[in-house]
Amino acid sequence: MLTDDAGKGGIAAGGPRNSEDSTRRTGGDLVQLITPAGERISHPEFDPWIQDVSDEQLGSLYEDMVVIRRIDAEATALQRQGELALWPPLLGQEASQIGSARALREDDFVFPSYRDNGVGYCRGVKVEDLVRAWRGSASSGWDPYTVNVATQQIIIGSQSLHATGYAMGIQNDGADCVAVAYFGDGATSEGDVNEAMVFAASFQVPVVFFCQNNHWAISEPVRVQSHIQLADRAAGFGIPSMRVDGNDVLAVMAATRIALDRARRGGGPTFIEAVTYRMGPHTTADDPTRYRDANELEDWAAKDPIARLKSLLDRKGLLTADLEAAVAAKADAVAAELRAGTINMPDPEPLDIFKHVYSTPNSWLDRQQDHYSRYLASFGDPAEAASEEGAR
Amino acid sequence: MIKEFRLPDLGEGLTESEIVAWKVAVGDTVTLNQIIAEVETAKAVVELPSPFAGVVAALHEQPGTVVEVGKPIVSFEIEGDDGAGGSAPAAETAKREPNLVGYGAVLEASGRPARRARTFPSTAAAPAAAPVTAAPAAAAPVTAAPAPAVERAGSSVSEAVAKPAAPPAERPRSTPPVRKLAKDLGVDLEAVTGTGERGLITRDDVRNFVGGGDLPAAAQELAGAQVLGGPQVQPVGPAGGVRETRIPIKGVRKFTAAAMVASAFTAPHVTEFLTIDVTPTMELLGRLKDSRAFAGYKLTPLTLVSKAVLIALRNHPTLNARWDEANQEIVQFNYVNLGIAAATPRGLTVPNIKDADRMSLRELSSALTELTGTARAGKTSPEGLSGGTISITNIGVFGIDAGTPILNPGEAAILALGAVRKMPWEYQDEVALRQVMTLSLSFDHRLVDGEQGSRFLQDLGTMLADPGMVLAMV
Repeated sequence: MLTDDAGKGGIAAGGPRNSEDSTRRTGGDLVQLITPAGERISHPEFDPWIQDVSDEQLGSLYEDMVVIRRIDAEATALQRQGELALWPPLLGQEASQIGSARALREDDFVFPSYRDNGVGYCRGVKVEDLVRAWRGSASSGWDPYTVNVATQQIIIGSQSLHATGYAMGIQNDGADCVAVAYFGDGATSEGDVNEAMVFAASFQVPVVFFCQNNHWAISEPVRVQSHIQLADRAAGFGIPSMRVDGNDVLAVMAATRIALDRARRGGGPTFIEAVTYRMGPHTTADDPTRYRDANELEDWAAKDPIARLKSLLDRKGLLTADLEAAVAAKADAVAAELRAGTINMPDPEPLDIFKHVYSTPNSWLDRQQDHYSRYLASFGDPAEAASEEGAR
Repeated sequence: MIKEFRLPDLGEGLTESEIVAWKVAVGDTVTLNQIIAEVETAKAVVELPSPFAGVVAALHEQPGTVVEVGKPIVSFEIEGDDGAGGSAPAAETAKREPNLVGYGAVLEASGRPARRARTFPSTAAAPAAAPVTAAPAAAAPVTAAPAPAVERAGSSVSEAVAKPAAPPAERPRSTPPVRKLAKDLGVDLEAVTGTGERGLITRDDVRNFVGGGDLPAAAQELAGAQVLGGPQVQPVGPAGGVRETRIPIKGVRKFTAAAMVASAFTAPHVTEFLTIDVTPTMELLGRLKDSRAFAGYKLTPLTLVSKAVLIALRNHPTLNARWDEANQEIVQFNYVNLGIAAATPRGLTVPNIKDADRMSLRELSSALTELTGTARAGKTSPEGLSGGTISITNIGVFGIDAGTPILNPGEAAILALGAVRKMPWEYQDEVALRQVMTLSLSFDHRLVDGEQGSRFLQDLGTMLADPGMVLAMV
């Protein structure tokens, strides 16, 4: 949750200036600030952007990552228990989601994909709202305007268009907030993402394209989809890009802050490729062992984002028993809240389907609703109806 | 209290899953989300976490069983009533039945939504746009004559429909085709007991009712008319108005179908034909039958063609091979297990003769006799059916000339033997009546080229047209 200033984009106004030349980079080497062993390594270009992250904030980043991993595990279990129809696990992508979401300001607007539940949690979406749509109880789990997070897109990449459109609106309003589109590696092959990048570059709108390259588009490996680094694709659109270690929460946060800062100052869009790995299946209806090499999974397990931050905390002497106990308690509490909220979730009423189609009254829809409600009224009490049917 | 865990739809529209293994036993104490079982769906093998903390009271299904979604698989003994504990599903008042995707509407008691009879609203209640046509009473549906008598006198239609004096039972459940069948046979569905799902009357129920002796008058008349009506054209199927018979796909038929589909859609088949004058082979066959060396042996054209195939394979080993997709290898066999397609009472089987290439003609003859005898008796062992390397199918025994046989899965070639016919044929530059046979050879074009298949078939033809040529080949 938004437990500190870092989560509210605290550095946005006070970031390093005159760094435009050095940060207007395209792709290039993978930026890493924490090694898989948990060693903090310096990077002259990125270090200034996370200088303000205190020890306490480091601990809270750790907590957020542990908690969303727990949410993910609990939701997966709930699906296996028949309480959710489907769930897209985010296991392995915690640093990408927390590192980026914690860099945002409250008035920034997020356009997420179906897998970005960690981002939703970080923005303040209630945990049971995260699963509402996956249980089939609602078309969207939350009101996008209360948390500035749009409905999760199932359609691959289409939210990048929504984000670009929203950013054009920000530009027209003259505001300094930013629209952020979250999508995966597979989405970069979609027309929508490419169109969004063309428009974003043409109008130089304040949008960040945050791509979590988790290496697998369902069963299609990223190497089949692109012969160059995904970050390098942005150059073709005239959009600066960064390629960061997506399992390194500090590198992700630094990159996101650079992109946000550029957008706020009228510098236009940025493409971030967070190189991470989907440790689980595409969704609970998928079996990755059928197409994925077990060795690959093992290699990435060694780069685990949470273990990495935990080692860093340990090296800095911050991994106290108190911290671990507090984090574990928080994860337990959130998991219990998610479980109780899910299984006690009321089923929607039949007419709820009409509720959120348009924001304003619509006569065409009203007529359909009227027809449907009268159709529903034709189903009476079963016993009574049976006798009536006999009489007919 | 006891809580049941019903098998959920584990992957977007699955209707069943197989229990692979239980990870707990009756009496075990389990914690929430502890893995209790491994389940295989059509999509994946997944682990099932326990939805409750408690003690395992019963495991309802054995490992290896395929369980329908929604069936209880395990029961737990839970402490307390667990009302607000949060780990139990809210209320079990309405059981939700899974449909193809997720869960459908809560089912009503009757098993289908009971639709209330349409009431004709008064003009005030009607939507403004709806044109008011004739008076509702005049437009009331005309009920069929034999329908239960319901007073409809006077008053408005809605009133008459709403409150009948004595509610008659609901019409027995059936489907339109079954109602049509019943009508054709003059069966009153009210008298038939349904055995289908939720009492649904099936075709078989109607047929059994007719066959059960309670032949209604109409059907008896129908039957009588057929008997008295002089010579009748007999229908193809069994009598009794049954126009189609449905046979469950199982056993050898199911296996055959799967094997044929697997073969036809993985191996690109090529079939070549060669028609030859086999008079010399038939003469040889006659001489062998008369010889003392073969007394007591059953010799047929198949025996000699089999021998010719075994000889020809020595020069054409590519046809005695297998495409190993998994290992990306071609397996060339240095032995021949000769498969012979056999029509058995249970269906088509292709038992094979192991190491047929090492057999003398007499041994081969005995082996063929034994193989067909065993197959026809339905006693071929599983081992006898597996491991074939090339096959022969003798369609000539049915009087057929040629065909395009489908490969026995895993083999590279199959030869079909046509019937031996006396036909006018070119013989020594003149037309003569000769004994002619067509060979049809299908092969897997992935590993056998047209050239290799053609040369093999050519060699086979040469031997059968002139058995003496064997001397030049081996």
